[in-house]
Amino acid sequence: MSAPVRRPRRAFDWSAAVIAVLAVSAALTVYLRDGQARFFSILTDDLGLFGLMLPKVLAGCLIGAFVTLLLPRETIARWVGAESGIAGILVATFAGAIMPGGPFTIYPVAGAFLAAGADAGAACAFVISWTLIGYARAIVWELPFLGLDFVTWRIIFSLPLPILAGLLARWLWRYVAPPAKDAA
Amino acid sequence: MTLLVDVFLWGVVIALGIALAARSQPLFLDSLRFAWREFMALLPRIALGMIGSGFIAEILPQQWMLAWFGPGTGPWGIAIAAIAGALTPGGPVIGFALATTALKSGAGAPQVIVYTIAWALFALQRVVIYEIPAMPPRVVWLRVLVSLPLPFLAAWAALVVGRP
Repeated sequence: MSAPVRRPRRAFDWSAAVIAVLAVSAALTVYLRDGQARFFSILTDDLGLFGLMLPKVLAGCLIGAFVTLLLPRETIARWVGAESGIAGILVATFAGAIMPGGPFTIYPVAGAFLAAGADAGAACAFVISWTLIGYARAIVWELPFLGLDFVTWRIIFSLPLPILAGLLARWLWRYVAPPAKDAA
Repeated sequence: MTLLVDVFLWGVVIALGIALAARSQPLFLDSLRFAWREFMALLPRIALGMIGSGFIAEILPQQWMLAWFGPGTGPWGIAIAAIAGALTPGGPVIGFALATTALKSGAGAPQVIVYTIAWALFALQRVVIYEIPAMPPRVVWLRVLVSLPLPFLAAWAALVVGRP
């Protein structure tokens, strides 16, 4: 077992700056166009959502850190590495479907798996599977809005998609992978 | 329901934490520090994303987007729905809220399926705020690339089956 090797993450970079500009201009527009009351009502709603998300974000970071250390690199590479075949894509799809939490949970976990030896195809299948057939997301957010009939059919139509995309990603990765820097 | 997800998530955290602490305490403490740094780095982005998305959604011309992928718009409506989905800001609620409005105002089910799937897969804000910081950018772009056909495959399935 070794500590995860990942590049340190900066809290603020160009992508965050773009979102900051968008958010501030949108907020200003609302304030000037719709007035103070509407502005604060949106702000309070969003702050509430933000508060609800925080424990999930922290849980996602912890799960990512723990899982990286608990699952030996060789095990991950064997299950979902480049040589894992279609079974690896299926494992990743299944893991994505049962993984709880939101985007704040799933991407750190996917990043940790990649750092620990999963291949790009499996990571894509994992993320897409969580996005399209993950039950947590569907139950919490989609079901109340769109209803059981719609959501059930949408998920049925989505079932094969992570597998297709994962296989395509694994095949494409051979052409777009960065040159290997270290064999470790 | 979110409470249930929270309980489940933290159950997983505690189980994994105990398993790791039992194996090696220094490593457990290391991973706690690592997770905390990760959390503090993600925090400002998530704050921006959550607080920004409400305002961005508010200034979007929603009635236009709905008119474009209404009933009987066929393949053209499906293409528009896919683009509208990708352009809808991320955040957990706004895409589903718009999709519901679309369904209620008579939009075709395949169009709405395309819209929700494209939104789930491509919402630019979500890719930029959550995905790129947490995964190697090259893998993220690959993920986006291989996802391109997926909304259309689902819509095609909906058209063939004739449900929902």
